[in-house]
Amino acid sequence: MINTVCPLEQSYVLTTAIFLPVLAAAVLMLINRERYSTIKWIALAATIANLIAVVPLFTNFDKTSARMQFVEQYRWIEAWHINYCVGVDGISVLFVLLAAIIAILCVLVSWNSVKDKVKEFYIAIVLIEGAMIGVFAAIDMFLFYMFWEAMLIPMYLLIGVWGGPNRLYAAVKFFIYTLAGSVLMLLGVVAIYIVTGTFDMVRLMNTQLPLNLQMLLFWAFFAAFAVKVPMFPVHTWLPDAHTEAPTAGSVILAAILIKMGAYGFLRFSLPMFPDASQLMAPVMIVLSVIAIIYGGVICLSQKDLKRLIAYSSVSHMGFVTLGIFSLNMQGMEGGILQMINHGVITGALFLCVGMVYERSHTRQIADYGGLANVMPVFSAFFMVFTLASIGLPGTNGFVGEFLIILGGFTANKTAGVLAATGVIIGAVYMLRLYQQVFYTAINEKIAGLSDISLREVITLVPLLILVFWIGVYPSAFTGFMDATVASLLVKLKGGDMHALNTLIQAVVR
Amino acid sequence: MDFKCYILIPLLPLLAFILNIVFGKALIKRHAHLVATAAVAISLFLSVRALIEASSGTVINQDLFTWITSGQFKVSAGFLVDQLTAIMLIVVTSVSFLVHIYSIGYMHGDEGYPRFFSFLSLFTFSMLMLVMSNNFLQLYFGWEAVGLCSYFLIGFWYEKKSAADAAKKAFIVNRFGDFGFGLGVILIFLNFGSLHYADVFTNLGVIASQTVVIFGSRVSLPTLIALLLFCGAVGKSAQLPLHVWLPDAMEGPTPVSALIHAATMVTAGVFLVARANPIFTLSPVAMNVVAITGGLTAIFAATIALVQNDIKRVVAYSTVSQLGYMFVACGVGAFSAGIFHLYTHAFFKACLFLCAGSVMHAMGGELDVQKMGGLKKFMPVTYWTMLIASLSIAGIPGLSGFFSKDEILWKALSSGSPVGKFVWIIGVVTALLTAFYSFRVLFLAFHGTFRGTEEQKHHLHESPSSMTIPLIVLSVGAIVAGYAGVPHILGGHDWIAGFLGKVTGLVPAENVGGAIHVHAEGEMSEWSGMAVSVVVAIVGVSAAAFFYLKRPELPKKIATAFAPIYKLLFNKYYVDELYGFIIIKPCYWVSENILDKVTDKMFIEGIVNGLPALVEWSGQKLRKMQTGVVLHYTLIMAVGVFLLAILVLLGIGTGMGPAK
Repeated sequence: MINTVCPLEQSYVLTTAIFLPVLAAAVLMLINRERYSTIKWIALAATIANLIAVVPLFTNFDKTSARMQFVEQYRWIEAWHINYCVGVDGISVLFVLLAAIIAILCVLVSWNSVKDKVKEFYIAIVLIEGAMIGVFAAIDMFLFYMFWEAMLIPMYLLIGVWGGPNRLYAAVKFFIYTLAGSVLMLLGVVAIYIVTGTFDMVRLMNTQLPLNLQMLLFWAFFAAFAVKVPMFPVHTWLPDAHTEAPTAGSVILAAILIKMGAYGFLRFSLPMFPDASQLMAPVMIVLSVIAIIYGGVICLSQKDLKRLIAYSSVSHMGFVTLGIFSLNMQGMEGGILQMINHGVITGALFLCVGMVYERSHTRQIADYGGLANVMPVFSAFFMVFTLASIGLPGTNGFVGEFLIILGGFTANKTAGVLAATGVIIGAVYMLRLYQQVFYTAINEKIAGLSDISLREVITLVPLLILVFWIGVYPSAFTGFMDATVASLLVKLKGGDMHALNTLIQAVVR
Repeated sequence: MDFKCYILIPLLPLLAFILNIVFGKALIKRHAHLVATAAVAISLFLSVRALIEASSGTVINQDLFTWITSGQFKVSAGFLVDQLTAIMLIVVTSVSFLVHIYSIGYMHGDEGYPRFFSFLSLFTFSMLMLVMSNNFLQLYFGWEAVGLCSYFLIGFWYEKKSAADAAKKAFIVNRFGDFGFGLGVILIFLNFGSLHYADVFTNLGVIASQTVVIFGSRVSLPTLIALLLFCGAVGKSAQLPLHVWLPDAMEGPTPVSALIHAATMVTAGVFLVARANPIFTLSPVAMNVVAITGGLTAIFAATIALVQNDIKRVVAYSTVSQLGYMFVACGVGAFSAGIFHLYTHAFFKACLFLCAGSVMHAMGGELDVQKMGGLKKFMPVTYWTMLIASLSIAGIPGLSGFFSKDEILWKALSSGSPVGKFVWIIGVVTALLTAFYSFRVLFLAFHGTFRGTEEQKHHLHESPSSMTIPLIVLSVGAIVAGYAGVPHILGGHDWIAGFLGKVTGLVPAENVGGAIHVHAEGEMSEWSGMAVSVVVAIVGVSAAAFFYLKRPELPKKIATAFAPIYKLLFNKYYVDELYGFIIIKPCYWVSENILDKVTDKMFIEGIVNGLPALVEWSGQKLRKMQTGVVLHYTLIMAVGVFLLAILVLLGIGTGMGPAK
């Protein structure tokens, strides 16, 4: 039972990445709550140390292999064949890295803005980091489910305790929405265990389930994943959660949490229920296209900065799910890349909104105007992220969206054309936002705000670098996915040798 | 020339951009122009060398690095420098260089001086990437990047709402065109498995006879691809129906209008069609669409230009109209004539814009020609250069505009097709209008008596030499540039057509439509065509002289006599209002009143908040059953037992059922 995946060499990278933050949380608990500075520095040190710890994932990852790497496996609850088993492949590796980066930025951006219950705040942040890395690293279904739910608790607290005026409503809504989805997934997990007798995800990926069971499981897992993504029509928790969450909360939501839904489709639905996924792909494509257009058009009438960006996420995540369910190389790689991109871009936009909110205490777009003259450096950063968001070539947003539209068009021409209109709508609402906030005459409500500090610049620069790095040389990132996505596709398309060969050739080339 | 030198052509402006955007504000400040101008100067020098190499037949086609790969999809960043690119390089770097110099004087003392030069550099880089690309996706990169620079520079004075609006409008209108362009690129990849020009153009046989079904009708694949690409061209080159952004783009500083919105960026659409000419020539339908769109735009914009009073807007509509000519050329298969006009137009139109800028500079930002007059004696250099440029655009023989425009008209006429004849007639009428409105502006601004305020009059002065020298250089260009394409009939060699023939495939005059059967007859009609062009140009100029010099009171009378037409033209055929009414307003209305208020807040939120409320409500009701009175419980129990007994008796739920 234990040796379904045989690690080439024992590695502790992932376990370190998951439990170092937990250890940091334990240390933080011991610190006197009045010593704000010590608490903050410990949190920062822990998150930076964690990023350093996961660097080997980037440097030592074998890009030619589709297998799980950096695998660690320990017996846990033997009676139920539950193991502590972690590992990453081409789909998950980049998310672990992104989570580690985002955690640092969340600490940095909260440096001065969180003044209440400081100790608990940073404990929540580091715990979230551990849990989110756990979600992407777990390859035992039970462990996965545990991290998946564990993520909810500190996130719920983050919104409910440090959030805006309407935080309790938003927090409860977030919790109930996601929990309702998760319960169905739990039923699915149990059902899979009863049928196959294992929680081992790698084994399950190579197990052929009967089609009717696949269909049931597909929809059970769909409930959990669709809420997280969030797909139309279960998206309405997102604008509320984003608007009420503190900056760090919004950033984590946008950058990582909502990616877990799309990741779930890639990790569970496609490999474990391949026939159901193929049958249901048209439905998913329709829902994705609706999300792209609906989420985009609704942005036109938003008056709250965070709400607008939240709805834009619905639109962008529609691109992601479209890419994934176009079930071809370009679409899926574009989808995964766009998950990273959206994490970078929207994460950055929420960081920016947090920075300016800290100064102006308003999120109403109408309260702004002429900010480019008040905060020029900030405006330049915001401009770059705006351009990335509307998919300007040279930025990361373009590469993802282009591959997705290419893949979507290949899968379904109408879907590809309709998705492409999302690119026009995106330009409309983002440029409108930029104009109302940064251009025209200076609104007296925001006159005299100070430009961003060095700490804030440092917070934004890593994401700025990623915007251009992925935009100009995306191969450095898509290279991680090639082998894994290719082998997933072979599995989906029935695994005939011809397809395998062409795909392998394409990857090797 | 070494490949590295070619890379430097776009790279140097990029470096200048980075230097100025990062250090401009704090360190470089008033010296920003040094960095930017030096970079573009070296690029210009290298471009000249590239042209020399290209004229000796060298074609560079080399990949730099792999940009995007995914499965079979693979696209590189790479450069193609052939004859077409070489000409574009010269146009871009020379006009850019002159505009840089002009801007030193024009933008002097502006708060955003370093920012201005950094964007000029970024634009130059983007435009060079666009023309030097060796594949469709990098072309798309440059295409969007020049659009971005245009956005930044139109909105350079973003404190002004009109400027910020115009910038946004330009970007978004272009996105509509790029939507089609992007889909065209995707179709090209799906059919050829590559986006490199070389791969696509050598395998055209793959798509030649394919058809696709759209909305139930069968369309040939080459037509579809060509028209999708043309969508992008329509947006970028401001052709009907996406022309609306260009006149508004005049909110930007005038050097920007000269560089981006006259000489270079807006001609990218023509470049695209010329570059993709092998695809276009496969589809007669697409060619006709290109020619007709160009022709209609030419006359449409020219009629608007007749009555506008804003000096820059007149020149802007004139640009739209001239771009129409270039598409007419492409549409009748005379791609080299289109590029020839692009090249001459760059000089005379940049000159016109910079003259307008010089006038604005002297008039303290005044744009209304009705408030000018008699400027000739205050600003002689500006006057003479503008006169030369106006003669050139009007098509007076001996100047560049004459050669290129006449080439286009002749190619349209000699193509022999009904569409060719149709666009020729339109072209001739437009030529008349062009001569008229160009000289209308010149006469209103520079002749007669000054009609502005006393204060303005007091400040009237010729612009500094950093501005007048580029004017002089460009006006020389407006004369001599045309000599690159003197037709055979005038004893020339039509050098440019032969030069470009290697790219555009056709050797003009021998190959267009096969219309010229008898050489002598062809020569006769070429002479008569040319005569018509000359006559309309002279008539146009004379008419302008009659109305604005001899009888200046007449235009107003005519305007009142034909008030509805005048109003229609003055309000630009109400196209902006139409778009606002049928596209923009409905979108916002649906967003706010349907999606936000009804589907999201009412339906979805209704269910989301309704379910917990339902649970709570039923809990409240059920709670009432827990009365604590034993009698109630026994009653309920008795009822339950009774019901169960009936069920059992009837056999329901036991699977047996009553006897059948």
